[in-house]
Amino acid sequence: MTLKKKETLWLSGNEAIALGAWEAGVQVASGYPGTPSTEIMENLSTYPDVYTEWAPNEKVGLEVAIGASFAGVRALATMKHVGMNVAADPLFTASYTGGRGGLVVLTADDPEMHSSQNEQDNRNYAFAAKLPMLEPSDPAEAKEMLLRAFEMSEEFDTPVLFRITTRIAHVKGVVEKHERVATAAPSIEKMPGKFVMLPALARVRRAEIEKRMIALREHAEIFEVNRVEDGELSRGFITSGTSYNYIKEAFPDAAVIKLGMVWPLPERKIRDFAEKVDELIIVEELDPFLETHIKAMGISCRGKDLIPSQGELNSFIVRKSIDPDSVGPLFEPLELPMRPPNMCAGCPHRGLFYCLSRMKDVFVSGDIGCYTLGFLPPLSAMDSCVCMGASVTIAHGMAKALGKEGEGKVVAVLGDSTFIHSGITGLVNSVYNDSYATVIIADNRTTAMTGHQPNPASGCNIKGEAAHAINFEELCRAVGIKRITVVNPHDIEATRKVLKEEIATTETSVVISQAPCVLLPEEVRRKKPVYFTNTENCTGCTACIRLGCPAISWNPITPEEAARRGYKEKQKGYSMINEVQCNGCGQCAVLCKFDAITLKEGS
Amino acid sequence: MKQSGNILFSGVGGQGILLASELTAYAQLAAGFDVKKSEVHGMAQRGGSVVAHLKYGEKVYSPLIEPGTADIQVAFEELEAARYLPYLHKDSAVVVNTQKILPPAVATGKASYPENILDELRNRGINVVALDAFAVAGEIGELRTANVVMVGAMSNFLSVTPQIFLDVIDRKVKEQFREVNKKAFQAGRDLVNA
Repeated sequence: MTLKKKETLWLSGNEAIALGAWEAGVQVASGYPGTPSTEIMENLSTYPDVYTEWAPNEKVGLEVAIGASFAGVRALATMKHVGMNVAADPLFTASYTGGRGGLVVLTADDPEMHSSQNEQDNRNYAFAAKLPMLEPSDPAEAKEMLLRAFEMSEEFDTPVLFRITTRIAHVKGVVEKHERVATAAPSIEKMPGKFVMLPALARVRRAEIEKRMIALREHAEIFEVNRVEDGELSRGFITSGTSYNYIKEAFPDAAVIKLGMVWPLPERKIRDFAEKVDELIIVEELDPFLETHIKAMGISCRGKDLIPSQGELNSFIVRKSIDPDSVGPLFEPLELPMRPPNMCAGCPHRGLFYCLSRMKDVFVSGDIGCYTLGFLPPLSAMDSCVCMGASVTIAHGMAKALGKEGEGKVVAVLGDSTFIHSGITGLVNSVYNDSYATVIIADNRTTAMTGHQPNPASGCNIKGEAAHAINFEELCRAVGIKRITVVNPHDIEATRKVLKEEIATTETSVVISQAPCVLLPEEVRRKKPVYFTNTENCTGCTACIRLGCPAISWNPITPEEAARRGYKEKQKGYSMINEVQCNGCGQCAVLCKFDAITLKEGS
Repeated sequence: MKQSGNILFSGVGGQGILLASELTAYAQLAAGFDVKKSEVHGMAQRGGSVVAHLKYGEKVYSPLIEPGTADIQVAFEELEAARYLPYLHKDSAVVVNTQKILPPAVATGKASYPENILDELRNRGINVVALDAFAVAGEIGELRTANVVMVGAMSNFLSVTPQIFLDVIDRKVKEQFREVNKKAFQAGRDLVNA
């Protein structure tokens, strides 16, 4: 064996997983962007000899990966935790079919909901779909474990779930680079007993799953990712994922079982460990998943009676939960104005939501994307947000419940990528079942919130190569919408007029609010006009302030200063535009009736 | 020479925290430490308060700094210097850029920007080093190097030599920006007597 100096890199978990997928010989990968999973597919798309794509949603992405597995190559599907709900339909039956090439389904969970609408624990999917699940603790382990996942998938003829969380995905650490394994040659092979899941055949496969689970349980006992670390036996811990890191810092001398495979569990290994330690504590983020299944083995342990089941953990929380007296006092946080995220200066969504914010009796059924920030003050123009695509269908359901009472009062708003993800079927329903709820597609030409991934309406693919761009007007017309209006949301007057008319109509109508995201590279490069404030004209009416633009600030003044500046005595302040931040959208200039906001000369 | 430590970077999305924390991490790696860094993407980045945790040592497990154990905080904005107070301890050093970016509630006149916010830290015994990184970067002739000025100032509190930082800039920064970033680092370094 030749010893070569190993090349080490410093990578995020997602970069490490992309490298791991390439090293594992993945040939097809598909996914839908979603924090904290997005950078896996983005990075993998830069490697040679692997086909990558952005799918319109996670169900499509997983089915593409299943197809590639059926053709005999290793395939990867990536998604955020809530994406697995969308992909659950193919997932549960792929458990029956298995595949040919290794198939790994990656879920990136978001404890603490840094960028998500819920914090579901997707380990429960492993139990429900009868699939093995691996869970690494850091970027280096994530990369190595992904190769094990593909090997396991092929050895046991099963899709393998691979769970990461934000503190794996967006943590950078030292990672070793290796060679790529030899890749399989794709082929067509007809295997109806495995691939055609109609009842008679599915019943046969159902029995195979039980055999597979027994084999996997045995494998868990000897699988090296399930590791017993010797230590003090007065208190033993069972843990997995990033929680392992917190145990190592809070209780470095304790005996630990670190589970890399969180389903199925190595019962004998756990039982032996439980017998050796005086007290057994299960430390895991979110649900008592390990705890519940360990207790079901008849093993007594502690867990969620100590450790919080909501939000992220860290070494402090773990230490404090178990030994409350061991942590000293901390500085108390100061009371400070919050700094929530905000739409960018020049964001086209702002114009749209400003208009909606003026329609106080209209219920705005919202959706998932940057535009969800339209909920925040001062716009405060979103009244519901549940899941991808739900804006259209919730608006329709409300319309049917409200009947005539709700006419002119219900509107749905969703982005271009979200519309393609799962809004189209809702729109088909609205037309078919005669809804009066207006649907607004906030089309900024990209999947902005997750970092500008192209989508089927953007005109390019994941590699930036030209691709067909869906024409929303034609699509809506084909679905059966007769009233379709395209409006530029920066033009507030026109937008307000269109919204008024379309929301009032009792026919299903679509408004396409169309202007590119200001952060798109071509928009960043474009030389934009800059607006500035003629403060002497400002009357302090706050019309521009109500836009909530980060480039506009309010400067309070005393009556004396008002007098000195030549303002009316009761004027309480004036507006200022930060010209460095201004992206020149002009929305504020439209709203100012006093010529206090004008274009800067020469811009 | 300190063999492990925790550095917290805080500021407002878009201020260049990423590059500052990357340069620091690469310098620690070059000095032979294990380094982990944790950050948050997605919705949290849109102009909101952002924070990055950097930990170095012989072996780093947790990617998150434990409250009460940040040795150094590099804050790109005054309010964001004060927001993470529970992470600090009385011997922490806070290197802060004296910039005020108004949060939405302040910009719309619903709240006021707290006055003398850095005194709140000083009163608790914390070593606060306040500098106008934009003014320094402006003198160098490239405003966008303010974040590297901050790294230079902070580097006084680390055992890693300035040369290691300069080498990292050579390796990680595009050629046309290398010299100006090295100047920015040195200018920041020279501002502080740690």
